[in-house]
Amino acid sequence: MALTRWPLIAVALALPTLVPLVAALSSFTRLDADLWSHLSEYVLPHVLPTTVLLLIIVSAGVSILGTALAVLVALFEFPGRRVFSWALLLPMAVPAYVLATVFVGTLDYSGSVATFLREHTGLLLPDLRNLAGVSLVLIAALYPYVYLVVRSSLAGQGARVLEAARSLGLSPAQAVLRVALPLSAPAIFGGTLLAAMETLADFGAVSAFNVDTLASAIYKAWFALFSIDAALQLAGVLLALVLVLLVLQSRVQRARRVATSAGPPAQRRPLGAIGAGLACATCSLVVALAFIAPLIQLGIWSARNLRDLDARVLAAGLNSLLLGSIAAASIVGIALLLGYASRRAPGRVVTAATRTATLGYALPGALLAVGLYVPLAALIAHINQWLGWGLMLQGGLALMLLAYAVRFTAVAHAPVIAGLSRIRPSLDEAARLAGHTGLGQLARVHLPLLRPGLAAAAALVFVDVMKEMPITLMTRPFGWDTLAVRIFELTSEGQWQRAGLPALAIVIVGLVPVVWLVRHLDSGSRERGSAA
Amino acid sequence: MRRILCVLLLALSPAAAPAATELTVYTSRIEDLIKPVFDRYTRETGTPIRFITDKEGPLLQRLQAEGASTPADLLITVDAGNLWQAARLGVLQPVDSATLKANIPAHLRDPDNRWFGLSIRARTIVYSSARVKPAELSTYEALSTPAWNKRVCMRTSKKVYNQSLVGMMLAELGADRTEQIVRGWVGNFAAAPFASDNEVIEAIAAGRCDVGLVNTYYYGRMLRQKPDLPVKLFWPNQAGAKNHLGGVHVNVSGAGITTHTKNRDAAVKFLEWLSSSEAQHLFANLDLEFPVSPEVKLDPITAAWGPFKQDGINLAEAGKRQADAVRLMDRVGWR
Repeated sequence: MALTRWPLIAVALALPTLVPLVAALSSFTRLDADLWSHLSEYVLPHVLPTTVLLLIIVSAGVSILGTALAVLVALFEFPGRRVFSWALLLPMAVPAYVLATVFVGTLDYSGSVATFLREHTGLLLPDLRNLAGVSLVLIAALYPYVYLVVRSSLAGQGARVLEAARSLGLSPAQAVLRVALPLSAPAIFGGTLLAAMETLADFGAVSAFNVDTLASAIYKAWFALFSIDAALQLAGVLLALVLVLLVLQSRVQRARRVATSAGPPAQRRPLGAIGAGLACATCSLVVALAFIAPLIQLGIWSARNLRDLDARVLAAGLNSLLLGSIAAASIVGIALLLGYASRRAPGRVVTAATRTATLGYALPGALLAVGLYVPLAALIAHINQWLGWGLMLQGGLALMLLAYAVRFTAVAHAPVIAGLSRIRPSLDEAARLAGHTGLGQLARVHLPLLRPGLAAAAALVFVDVMKEMPITLMTRPFGWDTLAVRIFELTSEGQWQRAGLPALAIVIVGLVPVVWLVRHLDSGSRERGSAA
Repeated sequence: MRRILCVLLLALSPAAAPAATELTVYTSRIEDLIKPVFDRYTRETGTPIRFITDKEGPLLQRLQAEGASTPADLLITVDAGNLWQAARLGVLQPVDSATLKANIPAHLRDPDNRWFGLSIRARTIVYSSARVKPAELSTYEALSTPAWNKRVCMRTSKKVYNQSLVGMMLAELGADRTEQIVRGWVGNFAAAPFASDNEVIEAIAAGRCDVGLVNTYYYGRMLRQKPDLPVKLFWPNQAGAKNHLGGVHVNVSGAGITTHTKNRDAAVKFLEWLSSSEAQHLFANLDLEFPVSPEVKLDPITAAWGPFKQDGINLAEAGKRQADAVRLMDRVGWR
């Protein structure tokens, strides 16, 4: 494949994302001055600070928690480490909107746990339905993004680097802070950026807590003030926030461009008694809060509504599984092409295309679906009028996958880039000299080295597609109801207890790729270990 | 590039043309509440019905964007505001039907016959049976007085039910009085607004507040699970006082025929059937709502709440003012 083709491929892959972005930008030609004076006087002064604050708290929370857990598990030895190394990924399968509802349903004043504590111990829990509460839930739901990416960046090389640092006379803490973390900086920022974008796009969790963010203002402008234009304009404001984040991230990545080779993993350093106890307690607490407790609550709700366990739930589960797999495969492919383009033909065009293609993750799903669907549907209506055809944009699977790709390319891109950045460019030269070029080089030389990154990317996309609600609702063909659609149906009429069953099913099906991923990562590092 | 083209072409591939009599419905009323009704109709008439559920906003955008290419014959949705908006956007067409007019009271359908209410959802007062005597209650408006300071719980103003209520107040009471009342409510809040009606009822039961406004079917469902719930229901505004809403605020779930349907006759026949006693019984009682037609027998749970006087102003008036209502609630800080 000629070098000049890569920019072209990157641009082509970014095109679908341009559709909703252009829709958002072009809406600014239709400003409603009256509506905007209302928004800027009564809505934005409240939601903008809330959104920025939420963004800062969640980003800080997930990067600290995710990195700390990854460092503990990848570099140190303590009782339960092996179990925690995969158990810490499990909360990934719990959608944030489910976690939020479980938290409010148990810990708010009239929730089951809060009521029990108040009546039996007189203990009054602090008010939960505020910024602090929703931050806690989003951190619990999103830290696995950072944990996963940082963990795979440390796997294999981290402990070895640490050993080298120790031999140079650094204390373990110094070695982590001055050597291991800087090496993982791209992974940390990549994972945190994902969590930040997900936070901006989140509508489900903030609604459960009734905390108003920019995303809720977008929906308000659209559904309540009947102005899709104002909604798109607010989305433009949101995109400006994302651009700030992206610039920050690229600064970090430029400053920290490092490449290390994969090699045999070294021995993890055992922790002392106190350290081991603390590590074990921290990991247990996180898994209990973010996974086991919500699972128990969902189990209780499901048990009360077992009659809902019918062929429909099974069919929905199968649809979810199928959609998740197809989407994961195709989106990882897109991310790989994009990553490869920036490796083979770095430059402004590819950078801009990559940025564009990964922007979709920050757009609230319903708006993205509409931003994509409406222009396409309008185009088809025109074609029909023109040619007298009877084409229909009847939510084909292809359209659905296209929308998923616009939304989730960022998710796959982060781990793929993190993986690629750890392959030394000199290896490319060596491969070229050995006659492996273009896709052959990708297949024979890079893919084996990229396996952990690709596995992480596929698992993240799969789980995200399983949890995805608004795009699925809008673009699914007749009969393609997923588990998330079932949750929407039940919760839209306030039947949260009955939604417990499909929610539990999402978690269980979502565990499949997580478990697969864990086995893959572990076997990957074993192979590399034995190869040396 | 080729990959994208491929994907685009696949997305455009013509869907199988539906059989002549098959009806396609876009609905924001969820499957559990709507499918049994569709199944009954299919069983009786042999007309197959396929449907897609989604939120109102995306469904409307979709209908608009699809224009003449839309496969949808009917739109079934909830809330006067959404129905009014659908009519305003031109995606629904007028239907002149004696059956519909006979079965559905005038205030529950579009004055221009583009949408028709199919079930009534009453938004009323619920109160703590432990801490409030029914004699203390009278009207929606009275909940804004100092007597209720720190005793009121409400759902978020982002929910369309509250928007329609305030929209109706704007229509009947005028902007100044409405703002004064809503400001009074907000000043009386005992807790930050809740995400759902269920939480409002639970907060009253748990003693966090004494009164709230909810749709009756949420209360009915909870009552079905916990018959000893210490929360009771009150029908406000029954005395017909001046400068007050003219009865219990009601909203509807309803339906209309799409402008670009290719099966108008079959769609109208189905809509007429939906307004019949048999369908009404199923449509309303499945969710403990009230049928639009007063002739239809109620579920025992809803019947136990006794008869009440509805606010008789046409619902289109609330829909028309929904955006103004939202602005008002933004101004007084009802989150």
